Amino acid sequence: MASSRVTRSLAAAVATVALALAALVLPLPTGAAAAGAHEITLDARMFAFEPGRLRVNQGDRVTVILHSTDVVHGLYIDGYNVDIIAEPGRPAQATFTADKLGKFRYRCSVSCGAMHPFMIGELIVGPNIPFGRAVASLFIVAIGSIITLALRPITH
Amino acid sequence: MSLPPTTRPDSGWRFDLTSIPLVNRILRWRPLQFTLVLITLGFFLLAILTAFFGTPAGNRNFSIIFVWIVWWALVIILLIPALGRGWCAICPIPAPGEWLQRQSFVHPRRRTLWTLGKRWPRRLKNIWIQNFAFLGVALFSAIILTRPLATGAVLLLFIVLALGLSLIYERRTFCRYVCPVGGFIGLYSMTAPIELRVKDVEVCRTHDTKECYLGNEQGFGCPWLVFPGSLTRNTYCGLCTECLKSCTMNNVAINLRPPGTDLLVAKGRRIDEAYKAFIMLGCALVYSAVLLGPWGVLKDAANFASLPTWLLYAASFLAFNLLVIPGLFFTATSASRQLSGLKQIKPKQYLIDYAYTLAPLGLAAWIAFSLGFVLVNISYALPVIADPFGWGWNLLGLRDVPWTPIVPAFVPYLQVPVLLAGLAFSIHTAWRITEEQARQRTLQAVLPIATFLTLTTLAFIWLYLG
Repeated sequence: MASSRVTRSLAAAVATVALALAALVLPLPTGAAAAGAHEITLDARMFAFEPGRLRVNQGDRVTVILHSTDVVHGLYIDGYNVDIIAEPGRPAQATFTADKLGKFRYRCSVSCGAMHPFMIGELIVGPNIPFGRAVASLFIVAIGSIITLALRPITH
Repeated sequence: MSLPPTTRPDSGWRFDLTSIPLVNRILRWRPLQFTLVLITLGFFLLAILTAFFGTPAGNRNFSIIFVWIVWWALVIILLIPALGRGWCAICPIPAPGEWLQRQSFVHPRRRTLWTLGKRWPRRLKNIWIQNFAFLGVALFSAIILTRPLATGAVLLLFIVLALGLSLIYERRTFCRYVCPVGGFIGLYSMTAPIELRVKDVEVCRTHDTKECYLGNEQGFGCPWLVFPGSLTRNTYCGLCTECLKSCTMNNVAINLRPPGTDLLVAKGRRIDEAYKAFIMLGCALVYSAVLLGPWGVLKDAANFASLPTWLLYAASFLAFNLLVIPGLFFTATSASRQLSGLKQIKPKQYLIDYAYTLAPLGLAAWIAFSLGFVLVNISYALPVIADPFGWGWNLLGLRDVPWTPIVPAFVPYLQVPVLLAGLAFSIHTAWRITEEQARQRTLQAVLPIATFLTLTTLAFIWLYLG
């Protein structure tokens, strides 16, 4: 009896890990929304970007114009090959295609003061499937953990 | 001195690392701890010097990069998960006071310590001071983490406090009752796969001389004021290995074990430790939003842009950590108590018992948060090695190495598995705590706790990916 519970519990644990991994990495068909073009003005000041969050769709052509309102600031976008520098009164711009889904942080890339490492904004390229995958994995792990534990032999 | 029953209160396999001759020889080598502390003390002193005399630009100053990125990553991502209180064994902060007490660097020369030897007040024999000290440091974190002078002042304050307390109070009173870092290392060390324990409690019970606590020619008495024979949790054992050296019965072992074993030990659970778990989880959430989030208004408030906004931030920060998180968890434990039908257990005790389920998720949350800035900023370490003060030196030719974030777009894909592992570990702990207390209706008891843990993890995932 106990050994069959151990087997079932182990199977549940393995299934949980497999399903959670599958939810994170298995390819999904994504509906191709019509690609658009965005011209976004981004104001940089110590120690924040305005707007702090940008939302575009996958495939959109995005032009970012970086204005610095106090000192020299940079704009580095994680996962995209964007790294520009703007001085006060001298904006800089970069254009890229938002071809990767998910949330990407953009950061100041020029040391601008004490809180410089935390001068961060967020670019969300929708649909935000990576977030959906993570949430699916979360619930798989939560439910799977409970099923695994419920199936194992009671220990006192 | 009370001794626990001879039967082990914990369970699971153990592997005694001291059974490996080389490991045993290294751990018993008296200069080991002194040598390691000397190295960390060197870094520590350089951090203080660069903090006070170096450039005020944080990312060009050794103190900021080495304390808050290199040291922090070492402690939270590697040392605590692997070795529990391993850092405490080599921490330089209590070293000057301890050396002064002992009048020796390596070998025990005298039985009495050079100190007034007063006992820490009974009502302070808990970790409330550590809780509030951590909250104090966390409240000013936007300043301390980014300004070399503030970092230097904090480090200097710690070392002066540790030295002063060692002159007045017995042994490592600072580490045991005051150090804000030691408080959370103690909590999370319970999740570690390593422990220092006696091999046979019965040997300690019948051995009268208690060298492990009092010291002898081979080793100092336990600096952490712990009697190894009664150790059932890692929380207050600093892994200094003095008892391993002083035990004439060869009865002390350093074991590998199933991670998280201590979280199931009912003896010693307290409300101050429960609050440590709430505070650490709450601070990880606040840090993730304020420091890694996109909200300029939060960064401004935390960074003292104006006094009124900072006061509002401080009040919200304290309320979130001391009231909101404990309140939400109390709601979960009340629902659990209701569903399990265990009305005979007082609500406060029920809350304390289950607060330990927050330790694995809390540690995972801190690791995930740390991955978010360590990988992006670790490349600053090379230029500050070349030019620690920011004075224009170019040692090893590394000064002009550019800022190079390491796999920044991949960081969320590291954070999610870490958080999910922490969640699974925490749910497992909740289940085992229920079982260990022989409670019926395990599933009903665990569901509200698991819901709280899942929603908390969801909040982190939303902050990192949503």
